[in-house]
This record gives sequence, C-alpha cells and structure tokens, in this order.
Amino acid sequence: MRTLDQLKPGEKGIVGYLHGDGSIHQRLLEMGVFEGSEIEVIRYAPMGDPMEIRVQGYHLSLRKNEAALVEVEEVP
Amino acid sequence: MIKTIALVGNPNVGKTTLFNALTGLSHVTGNYPGVTVERKAGKVQLNGKTVEIVDLPGTYSLAARSPDEMIVTDLLLGNLSSERPIDAVVSVVDATNIERNLYLVSQLRELGKPLVIALNMTDIAESHGIQVSPEKIACEIGVPVVPVSAHKNVGVERLKEVLSRLTRESADAVTPVPTYPEAFNREVDALTAHLVTHSTKLGRKVPRAEAFRVLVDKGGYAETRLAKALANGFMDDLSRRRERANTNGSLASLEARSRYTWIRKIVAAGVTRPETRVITWSDRVDHYVTHKVYGTIIFVAVMAVVFQAIFSWAAPLMQLISDGFTALGGLINASMPDGMLRSLLADGVIAGFGSVVTFIPQILILSLFIALLEDCGYMSRAAFLMDKLLSKCGLSGQSFIPLLSSFACAIPGILATRTISNRRDRFTTMLVAPLMSCSARLPIYTMMIAAFIPGTHVLGGLVGLQGLTLFFMYLLGITVAVPTAWLLKKTLLKGETPPFLLELPTYKWPQPRTVAIKVYTQGREFLLRAGTLIFSIAVRDAIVASVSDTADRDAQLGALAKEESGAYLRNSIIGHLGQAVAPVVRPLGWDWRIGMAALASFPAREVVVATLGTIFNLGSDVDETSQGLRATLRDATTPTGGKLFTIPVALSIMVFFALCSQCGSTLAILKRETGKWRWPLFVFGYLTTLAYLVSFAVFHITTAVGWGSV
Repeated sequence: MRTLDQLKPGEKGIVGYLHGDGSIHQRLLEMGVFEGSEIEVIRYAPMGDPMEIRVQGYHLSLRKNEAALVEVEEVP
Repeated sequence: MIKTIALVGNPNVGKTTLFNALTGLSHVTGNYPGVTVERKAGKVQLNGKTVEIVDLPGTYSLAARSPDEMIVTDLLLGNLSSERPIDAVVSVVDATNIERNLYLVSQLRELGKPLVIALNMTDIAESHGIQVSPEKIACEIGVPVVPVSAHKNVGVERLKEVLSRLTRESADAVTPVPTYPEAFNREVDALTAHLVTHSTKLGRKVPRAEAFRVLVDKGGYAETRLAKALANGFMDDLSRRRERANTNGSLASLEARSRYTWIRKIVAAGVTRPETRVITWSDRVDHYVTHKVYGTIIFVAVMAVVFQAIFSWAAPLMQLISDGFTALGGLINASMPDGMLRSLLADGVIAGFGSVVTFIPQILILSLFIALLEDCGYMSRAAFLMDKLLSKCGLSGQSFIPLLSSFACAIPGILATRTISNRRDRFTTMLVAPLMSCSARLPIYTMMIAAFIPGTHVLGGLVGLQGLTLFFMYLLGITVAVPTAWLLKKTLLKGETPPFLLELPTYKWPQPRTVAIKVYTQGREFLLRAGTLIFSIAVRDAIVASVSDTADRDAQLGALAKEESGAYLRNSIIGHLGQAVAPVVRPLGWDWRIGMAALASFPAREVVVATLGTIFNLGSDVDETSQGLRATLRDATTPTGGKLFTIPVALSIMVFFALCSQCGSTLAILKRETGKWRWPLFVFGYLTTLAYLVSFAVFHITTAVGWGSV
C-alpha cells in the first residue's frame, strides 16, 4: 500500500486508511482527507517539502511526514 | 430579541470583507482575556435597533487544540463570562469550496442557535462553472441562505433584512443533523448528564455541544481543561466512554464521516459542477508562483521589494518626523523657562510621542504589504516555499515574513506574527525577532566600522573588509536565532509539532477597502497600544531625570558649556554609576565610559552614538558620520596610556549591540502582544546574557589572535 507522500505530481488516488489518532489525524479529517476522498498531488515545494494536494475541490499544503499517515489506493 | 451576532467562517472566505461591509468603520479591537486572540466587534443597525456583530477568528472546526482556538468554541457556547452571549450565528461560506466550508456549518448547526448562511463568492464559482443554488441548499440545511458578494457590497442589505427578522426562537425549528450512530449519541448524552453533576465544582453547566467535543477530541483542549478541573479518575472514565461510543476507528473519523455524508447529500441537491474541472487562472498563476525556478525568483523579488520598502522607503519619512519632533522640542526649550514643566513637555511628552510616531511609516508600509500579500493569497504560498527551511529550527513557513520584517524593525515584525496560526510558533517567532539586525543598529555599526575597521580588501581584492564586517553583523543575529528558536521549541515552548495543514486559497485581486481598513487599524492600534506604554515610560523617565536634575542644579549650572558637560558627567551621578559598572564591563574590553554609554542607551539603542559623543566630550549633537567623534574615539586612551579602542574592543561593542535588546519599544510591544510582562523580561534577560557572553568571547578570541595590535 502506498502512502500519500510517495505519489508524484499529477498522480491521483483514493484515501484509504488514515493512521494515527492525534491532532494531525483529526485535522486531516476535518480538512476533508478521510477514507474515500479523492486526492491529487499537484506539486512539491522547491526544497522538496511540503507538498500541495487537491482534495474536496481545494488546494491544501501538508508536510511529507504528515502525508505519510495517509494510505492511498488506486483510482478504480 | 437578538442583541449579539457572531460572524463565523473558515479562513480566506471573505469574512472580514463582509464584516467591514456590515459595520463600516465602527468596529473596535481588543483582546480576549488570558489569550492572544484579537477581539473584533462592530455595530450594525437592524430595523432601527443597534446590534453588535463579533467577528470571530477564521477556523475550520470547533475542535480546539489550544486555549487560543478554544475562544471561538467557548464564545459560541456561552462559556465566557466576560462576553455577552451570542444570540445568532452568521456563517460565511465560500461557494467555490463548499464541501469543506459546510464542515464547520454542520458543527454550527448543532449549537441550537439561529443560523444564517452568507454564501460568498458565487460569482467566482460561476466562472469556474460551478452552479450553487441558495434555495436548494437552504431547503436541505433548513436555515436561510443569502448569496452575497461582500467586496461588491451585493446582498449585504438582504442579509441585514434576514437578520432583522431573526428571533432567538428561530432556533427551535432546527433539528440536529448530521446523524450519528445510536451508541455515540447515547454516550454524548450520558457524558453531558455526568458533567452536569459536576456543575458546582466547575462553576458552570457544560452544554451538550461541549460534551460532544470532550468525547471526540482526544488530547483536545476541551478534554484537557476538564481533566485539570475534575482530576481524579476523569480520564479513565472518559476513555471507557470513548470505547463504548465507537467500535470502528477513531471518534474523530466517525465525526468526519458523518459530517461529510451529510455534506454530500446537500451538495448533490444544490450544486452542479462541470464534467471536467475548469483550469482556472489561479491554477495557471500557481504553476509559476510555486515553480522550482520561477517561484523562487518571484519569491526573492517580492521579499526584496518588501524589505527595501520598510528599510529605505520609510527612512526619509521617519527622518522627517523625527526632525519635526526635535524642532518642536527645541522650540519648547527655547520659549519656556527652565524647570520641571519644560523638561516634562520637551523630554517627556514631545520626545515620547515622537519616538512612537517615528515608527508609523514603517508600520504602515509593512502593514500595507502584508495586507496585500494576505488578501491576494500569496502569504500562504510564501509559507509553502519557505517551510522546509524554517522547519529545521522547529518553526513553520509562516514565520518567514515576520522575521524578515524584523530586519527593518522588530516592532512591525512582532505585529506580523499575528498571521501565525500556532501559538507556540508565534511566541517563538516573537522571542527571536529582536535578534534580526534592525535598522536602529546601523548607526553603531557604521560608526565603529568607519573608525576602526581598516578599509582594505580581502579575498583577492574582491570584498572590502568593512562591508564584510557589516555583513557578519547581520549574519550573527540569524546564526544565533536558529539555535535559539530550536532551543525554545524544545524547552519553554515545547509541545506536539503542530500540523502544517495550510490551505492554499484561490488567488484573487486584493480588495482596496479591506486592505485600507487593515492598514488603518494596525496603525491606529500601534499608536494607541504601544503609544500609551512607550509614552508613559518616556514621561516617567523625564520626571525622574528632572527630579535628579534639580538636586544637581548647582553642578548643572556650572557645566553649561559642552566641554564642561563631559567633566560634569564624570563628576555626576552617571560618573559614579560608571565606576560601579567598570568591573562588570572590563572583561569585554570596555572602560567605564563605554559601559555607561551602553547602559544609557537602554530605551533606544540608536542613542548610543550620541551618548558616546557626550561622554567623550563632544556634546550630544553628533551622529555616526561625525568625523570629530571618530577621531576622538580613535585617540581615546586607557589610564595606562594605551589606546582604548582597538579592533577587538570595536568588535566587542558591535557584537554586543547586535545581540542585546536595548529597545524599550520592542519590549513594550512584546508585553502588549503576549499579554504578560514575563516574556519581555525573559527576552531582555536572555539577549543581554547572550550579548555579554558573545562579546566576551569575541574580544578574547580576537585579542588572542593578535588583532589588538593591528
């Protein structure tokens, strides 16, 4: 299973399991990153981190170590 | 009857623009007690009755992780005794981004208060091919939905009309949606009932919506606060309740799934989207602005303009203001008889007011840039680009602009930290901001360098030694700030790494009205808040000084001539104090005169040049370009006849001033922004210690390598 930080710019996926139970976990959920959400990687910042994704129709920036909590499945 | 209305919404949805459109310029700002959250309220006329509108900080959710975030939740729940209870809620929703916006709406829907949705940016949504039907959404959610275009003032009257018809009873028709599993609802009810039994101990009745947050937000602030108040067995009991409430994954994920299920139903009924997503101009702009090469170039260019503006565009204005106040002080000195009243007016009122007003050009220019960058959406891109760099010292990309601004002046820099969402990051940034070499340090650098650093070239004649020294002074602050910030985040301000989940909003043209109001309020607030503090300090100093002056009247009268004023100094209180200071500063290579100059420059470090002039017999009308002062300093000798100022001594002085916090205004602003005296005291303590130790090291190392005899 790949995690979100392993996707390349332009790749899409469906959010699978979301690890953790702390504040990052809850914030991701509130921002629309939860099981079943469609997600697309837009780009990585010039220094390689953080990354920009599109979810729920808007753009969200998150760090790679946070993206590593998000398992991503192939778009069917 | 509705008396107080709260304006709630996600960040970047045009909430402030709507607030301004509703209230005009009538709003007042302040702080909520005990936290660093700005309170903004204004008045609006509804059917001839005055109603207060409170603009709450932008938030994505009512699940609070810190006291600052809890303000919104507490205010809506009526938990703040200092605030009037909220009678109705207006939720501002961005039509281009409706799913995520409705998440907060679903939480507001459960508060049992009358709710109105102000649907903003429908015009932009339409340009993206997204059709949102306010009627259908209103029907699905069961609350009024008013389409507005806040920046064009469209729909604002209609919103007022809807609000004027609201009554507290409007909420009765509201049924709680979305739906949760039976077991979960039961546990929220049970916890609510359990907490009611503790009402006397807590001093208040915990509402159901708060019990909901306590149950769901593991490690959240609602839980922490109750655990502290109730202590024994509360946490064990809570974790048992959490286990009973949900069997599948975390409660946070149960909440999110339930809410987004509800949201999907509304969106399916009220929103139509094009088959393929329209590539917006914002997407195209972002392709360049966050691009590896172009993005970096644009970023450097933007920062250069901002920096240049606060550093040099403001300078002539500041000079003009400062000259004006000096002239005014001179006028008073010339036209009034000598005495305490004159001293109070000239040295206290005029000089104090002048020292505050001088900062206004910098504050206004920086506020203007920050307002523009924030309003168009670039601020979050800057944070995106710089995050990696700042994450190395435990901060986030949001700290970059405040720190950069501090190179001009720490005061606008500290004010700019308000855009940092995490409190611990914000505090860390404020505490290291004074380390950035501000423009007030330049006079002491340039004077010392011109007098004592040889004008030779190094590195094959490419780099001038004087320029290099100046560069190192700037570098020193940054070099010290990195480990300091890292250390602060590991010790005093330690805690869980905050999530760096930053929305990158759609670019839009800045709204002149919003920008103008922001700049105006920042300027006004600076004058009122920092002004009163700095002003009172200046007046107090003037009184103290004039009292001691009167005591020394005879001595003073005999020392009117400038040459004699030096002699007077040596025999005066300052002179005696100097003898006490001497042993303290001797390890830095300084004599008592330098020590006194450093001590006397506490309120504002730029006065050290003038103080050195006075002490070394020149009168105080010298500045860093004075040939006379340079020559005098070069010729100054130690009691044993050797040269007082050697390169190690000059370096030691510069390094001390690069690191110390000889700035009363910065400390006053720190008190204002953190709400407590202990933070400015801490800053003063750690910076002075640091300055002393590094100067000591620099003096002894450079002496050891033989620079003392160059």
